Amino acid sequence: MLFYILRRVVSAISVVIVTVVTSFLLFFVAPTDPAGVICGPKCTPDRLADITRSLDLDQPASEQILLYFKGIAVGRDYSTGGVTRHCAAPCLGYSYVLGVPVTQLLANAVPVTLSIVVGGATIYLLFGVLIGTLAARVRGTTLDKAAVGTSLVIGSVPYFVVALIIALYATFLPKSQYVPFFDNPIAWAGGLLSAWLCLGLTNSASYTRYSRASMIEALGQDFTRTARSKGISERRVVYRHGLRAAMTPVITIFGVDVAYQLVNTIFTERIFQLPGLGMRLLNAFNQYDLPVLMGGVVVGATVLVLMNLAVDIFYTVLDPRVRLG
Amino acid sequence: MSTDPNIPQGGNMTDQTVRSPQTVARTPRTRAEGEEAYLEVTDLHVQFPTADGKVNAVQGLSYALPLRRTLAIVGESGSGKSVSSMAILGLHDRKSTWISGSIKVGGKEVVGMSEKDLMDYRGADAAMIFQDPQSSLHPFFTIGDQIMESYRAHHNVSKRVAKARAIDMLGRVGIPNPARRVDQYPHEFSGGMRQRAMIAMALVNDPKLLIADEPTTALDVTVQAQILDLIADLQRDFGSAVVFITHDLGVVAEIADDILVMYGGNAVEHGPVDKILGTPLMPYTWGLLESIPAVSGTPGPLHPIPGSPPSLLAMPSGCAFHPRCEFKDRVAGDLCRTLKPELIPRTADQGRSSRCHLKEPDRVFETEVLPRLP
Repeated sequence: MLFYILRRVVSAISVVIVTVVTSFLLFFVAPTDPAGVICGPKCTPDRLADITRSLDLDQPASEQILLYFKGIAVGRDYSTGGVTRHCAAPCLGYSYVLGVPVTQLLANAVPVTLSIVVGGATIYLLFGVLIGTLAARVRGTTLDKAAVGTSLVIGSVPYFVVALIIALYATFLPKSQYVPFFDNPIAWAGGLLSAWLCLGLTNSASYTRYSRASMIEALGQDFTRTARSKGISERRVVYRHGLRAAMTPVITIFGVDVAYQLVNTIFTERIFQLPGLGMRLLNAFNQYDLPVLMGGVVVGATVLVLMNLAVDIFYTVLDPRVRLG
Repeated sequence: MSTDPNIPQGGNMTDQTVRSPQTVARTPRTRAEGEEAYLEVTDLHVQFPTADGKVNAVQGLSYALPLRRTLAIVGESGSGKSVSSMAILGLHDRKSTWISGSIKVGGKEVVGMSEKDLMDYRGADAAMIFQDPQSSLHPFFTIGDQIMESYRAHHNVSKRVAKARAIDMLGRVGIPNPARRVDQYPHEFSGGMRQRAMIAMALVNDPKLLIADEPTTALDVTVQAQILDLIADLQRDFGSAVVFITHDLGVVAEIADDILVMYGGNAVEHGPVDKILGTPLMPYTWGLLESIPAVSGTPGPLHPIPGSPPSLLAMPSGCAFHPRCEFKDRVAGDLCRTLKPELIPRTADQGRSSRCHLKEPDRVFETEVLPRLP
């Protein structure tokens, strides 16, 4: 068991390292003039030289990557415009456009994105599983067909259309804004409500379908018949025996899906004007702010890998058959 | 136990006459004098409405079984043996199944029983062992958990008491080191051990009726014999009635007191095991015996019954077996094709009945079929 987790952790770390190296090569080594791109159109030769030196672009590529990892591990110093700034670990670089360390920039954005996704995912998991399970129990009836039909319709409407409709019509909801949770939890929830509803509504459609299919399969299994033959209530048959088996694949999808949501909230953030990771990266992209983009890739990759790891480990709790070595 | 005046009690086989082609005659009681039937199935019909029409899975099945006796129900896939037995536990989905007739277990009428009464009845009065213990046990709960759940469904006891009972039951079905095994998951058990655990779970509430639906089919041959012995031993200890569903006549000879042969949703032959296997009176039973491969002597070709089982959507007219029957031409007047034979008690032969138009089937069997048997 411990060996299993250890193996997964090692493989997760190596995936992150490979991703960081690849994106570093892509952003800073492969382009002919990354400093020029960062410097922008109104670039002076002095500024260009300054950025080149500051980013160690005059060093060999291997040296640059090592320095980048060193920054993540222990922090490093950046000298630009004659001023030396310390960038504390984990240092993901320095944004010359905004004049702040990337880590600080992303650290402000991640809680916003996290809040959006956690709230939205809770809504869609709850609703999806609830409606899917109910539909499975009454499968073939009008109610089931209505649930499946509705989820198909919602699922086929593009996400931003739903978001726009909510933004336009659900004006009774509190104004969309981000207030840190620890400042005012009620304002936090209120400000995120429309984003949560949007994310929850659109994604619950697919979770309804997953849960329904998974539940129908579980209820058709031999062990469900065994459970019924014991003389326990139908509710216990469905929710203890059926749901327990049906949720394993759904949770697997959910874990990976939440990770993707974390790096894909760009529409939600843009439409509801929330300063999250997606907005940050979009701005960085518009301004050719390569260090910020690079930082975004590192954070995104780490989140994905961590969530996968969490799912793998959680799976051993869910399914006792996976607990071996 | 049964107080239903419509159901004739034992000892009056001769006046059990046939009524109409669809409502099958009461089968003769196959129990010894004075024994009350614990399970009484009377004119059971099970139908599944489908898009293609009604599937008549069981068409007027009647039999009775006293305590301490084992009835083997034999037949091909689709003969209705499993469907009729699931009905005994009320396991068919109410919405998609149409059941009529009567199933009495210890005096309780199961057909039309309310969901609440079914909950009290299942597992306590009657329990079931299923074919494949691998898929019939829940993979995510420990063996102990699953046995305890059964016990606690019918006994208001603490988890500790229930666990002690589960360990006790595991010991009784021959699982070594039950105190440790009780906390293991099904995948940590071998196939035979899983089936033993399944049996422990079925018997945990001491039911008086045990239904075993091909409990050895998914197991190795060596393990099969052990499981059969176990069921026989436990039946003696618990004094229960056992319905044993199988398509293996070798198993039948080993474990059963009575046989009920089913074909196309009907009982075609019913009686004590030695008589039916000694002198079967119905060409389908002959075919079953002939199709058993010989394990001693010179191995010859297999002798399957020609054709395939009938579609339950479009049953053949007359006798359901006639398209596959090599003796149908012996019956005068195309009777096999036009008239469904009744399940007729054999007055000369106590306690057995068969469904066939053939005259003197015992003579035909002895002169023509017996020499061909391996």
